[in-house]
Amino acid sequence: MADRDRKGREDAADAGGAALPASGPDHPQHSLRAPRRRQVQESLIGGVLFLGSAVSVLTTIGIVGVLIYESVAFFRAVSPFEFLTGTRWAPLFVPQSFGVLPLLTGSLLVAAGAAIVALPIGLASAIYLSEYAKPRVRNVIKPALEVLAGIRTVVYGFFALTFVTPILQGIWPETQIFNALSASLVVGVMIIPVVASLSEDSMNAVPTALREAAYALGATKLEVAIRTVLPAALSGIVASFILAISRAIGETMIVAIAAGATPNLTLNPFESVQTMTAYIVQVSMGEVSFGTVEYQTIFAVGLTLFALTLLMNIASIFVLRRFREVYE
Amino acid sequence: MNGLAGRGQERFAPRSKLRYGKGRAARALFLLATFVGILTLVVLLVDVLTQGVPHLSWNFVNSFSSRFAERAGIKAALFGSLWVLVLTAVISFPLGVATAIWLEEYAPRSWVTKTIQMNIANLAAVPSIVYGILGLAVFVRWFEMGQSVIAGALTLTLLILPVMIIAGQEAIRSVPNSIRLASYALGATRWQTVRRQVLPMAMPGILTGTILALSRAVGETAPLIMIGAVAYVPFVPDGPFDQFTVLPIQIFTWISRPQPEFHDIAAAGIIVLLVVLLSFNLIAILLRNRFAKRS
Amino acid sequence: MTATQTIAAPVAPVVETRDLSVFYGDVEAVKSVSIAIDANKVVAFIGPSGCGKSTLLRCFNRMNDLVPGARVEGAVSFRGTNLYAPDVDPIEVRRRIGMVFQKPNPFPKSIYENVAFGPRINGYRGDMDELVERSLRQAALWDEVSDRLNLSALSLSGGQQQRLCIARALSIEPEVLLMDEPTSALDPIATQKIEDLIYELKQDYTIVIVTHNMQQAARVSDETAFLYMGNLIESGATDQIFTNPAEERTEAYITGRFG
Repeated sequence: MADRDRKGREDAADAGGAALPASGPDHPQHSLRAPRRRQVQESLIGGVLFLGSAVSVLTTIGIVGVLIYESVAFFRAVSPFEFLTGTRWAPLFVPQSFGVLPLLTGSLLVAAGAAIVALPIGLASAIYLSEYAKPRVRNVIKPALEVLAGIRTVVYGFFALTFVTPILQGIWPETQIFNALSASLVVGVMIIPVVASLSEDSMNAVPTALREAAYALGATKLEVAIRTVLPAALSGIVASFILAISRAIGETMIVAIAAGATPNLTLNPFESVQTMTAYIVQVSMGEVSFGTVEYQTIFAVGLTLFALTLLMNIASIFVLRRFREVYE
Repeated sequence: MNGLAGRGQERFAPRSKLRYGKGRAARALFLLATFVGILTLVVLLVDVLTQGVPHLSWNFVNSFSSRFAERAGIKAALFGSLWVLVLTAVISFPLGVATAIWLEEYAPRSWVTKTIQMNIANLAAVPSIVYGILGLAVFVRWFEMGQSVIAGALTLTLLILPVMIIAGQEAIRSVPNSIRLASYALGATRWQTVRRQVLPMAMPGILTGTILALSRAVGETAPLIMIGAVAYVPFVPDGPFDQFTVLPIQIFTWISRPQPEFHDIAAAGIIVLLVVLLSFNLIAILLRNRFAKRS
Repeated sequence: MTATQTIAAPVAPVVETRDLSVFYGDVEAVKSVSIAIDANKVVAFIGPSGCGKSTLLRCFNRMNDLVPGARVEGAVSFRGTNLYAPDVDPIEVRRRIGMVFQKPNPFPKSIYENVAFGPRINGYRGDMDELVERSLRQAALWDEVSDRLNLSALSLSGGQQQRLCIARALSIEPEVLLMDEPTSALDPIATQKIEDLIYELKQDYTIVIVTHNMQQAARVSDETAFLYMGNLIESGATDQIFTNPAEERTEAYITGRFG
């Protein structure tokens, strides 16, 4: 029996191929199962790599947890009703007042102004880049827009205060040194790339076959762009609008520098206002003791800000997914 | 166009000239809009340069801030920025790459993974000041790190991690699947495939994304203000638990002063900041080219 | 163009080309083709892939204008007017000469809006509802969609979408209908419906159809032109081309020896 085995193996070797290793329970190293050491190693590596994802989950839990925890303490001292409907925000003065509406309107006023600037200009740029521009021109303009997006907000704030505001004061002398309009305009310029980039991607994704069909019916280039491509790309465009406004609301430094530090419930863009973000910065730069109501205002206002931008971001994704045109 | 007269002529009024005219006007309008952004950029740069260049000097870079504009410098801010930057890079790079790898190569296609993805996308859009609030409560208070460099670095890590992960995922996704299949078919384990095939090919994209994310961190102001990195810091950090300040905050406090001389040196500070940012982007491009050549 | 029988007095062709050549950059995709299309006939262009039949077709409604680097030499006339003359308006050309594409490409709008789009931009001054219904009837689609005109066009099946595209093309009341492989993306039943439709439509329209399916050409067309590598090899009555072609290459293609 052993002789026959040996002969079999020798024959196989003579035939030129490598002898097949004998398999079975008495030859574990030749079984087809993975060696234990390698299995453990792979699992370990997988586990380590998972840590990063865990961090991201923890971050969200952390943000929500921290904001809610301190806000709960805040709302024990101040009634939510007063917070949400009060029209005077003066937590650091005597007598204290905790109505968040001035901050909210400040943020929304600036965001609205920014939207008026950025949405039309961004969309028009997207249409030009997607439907009209030759590749050479496109290769110059797209990087320029990315540079625009990379300018740090402090720099924009500087620009708003030292360049834009004096010009505005030249035109409308009643403009205050800190005013919402100047900040609005500059925030608007800052978010143009957000609108332009996302809208252009959406328009590019519209298949050429649709454009051809419209041309074959005798449409001009403008008509193809506005009446065929634009409606088809609408979900992406609207999503980019919402995202841009959300960015404008979350913007901090431009408004902290140029819009002012006086909470002011007004719709007049020439006046000084304070946004939610600017207030948070102001408080943390001052002397505020841990655990006081003033300290907790940071979290209450932060929670309002977070909730608002979160809603908008979710809305943006929802619009994108739900109304995305299926072209096939 | 009488040659084309025929059926249907009476019922249609194509008004071609009008439509072409509208088309031309619209085209000019779109072109104009596109250039508004670029024009503003140019104006901004010119403004900054004219105000700031006269105040740039070795003295400026080498001295600390002061109550007197002529003697104020950005030494503390510059070193503070570098400290924070290096720490942030060291912490965030491994985390970001690991997460990207896990999400693209290891994660099962389940609702858990989808939720994590959505979560990351959401985090990328949260305003940076909220991260500052988080850092204040967790790192400065709860972990009792104080208003230190490490607290700032950890906060910034959390801030730029989502952006890095998304960029890393895209880079990994762009590696053709045929390479992975070939590697597996040769009997390689998943980690071997990732380490020896996927990562080297994806590295240029990952590096570019990382450097861009870091350059964003350099310019962040609000989160670090929340941490407590205020501007009157007359020393250079010696260790990760020291107090510190960074370039953007220094610029911010100078702008906030009413005297116009401080506005001028703020412009000078901006120029330094822009130089730092520009070098970052250049390094990103260089590294990407170098890695692209090697693979 | 070889005529087989002439009983009626010869009528001037609706569309004809004279030494038409199309260049994409340096490549000559269509080489000096002269062909005439008669009114109310169905003419099929056949030939292997890349022979230039689609390119030739797109000359008739100036769709080649949209391809950067495309150059046209020679003449294409519609009722005696050269379509490429400098004072000719492409919009007007495309209203007279409509096109249906290979893959159905309805707009992501409602069925009604798809058909109404062309007339709207061309300034239609009549009853739009009536026009939409008329176009959908002509495309043999009205009975299937009359109760859901507001639904999205994308909810229709492939064959229905293509008939919608035909209705859309017909809504601007063209005289010539160009069809670029209209059934190659459809199943056999939908294909049959459209072939029946073409037979109906030729009473009112002149139809030029590009097809890579020879049996379809034999079934549907009155006249056939065979193109190969940009050249017009032979053209004539369909019966004659398929039973007794004059050129050897035509015979080789028809019997399936290549292509």
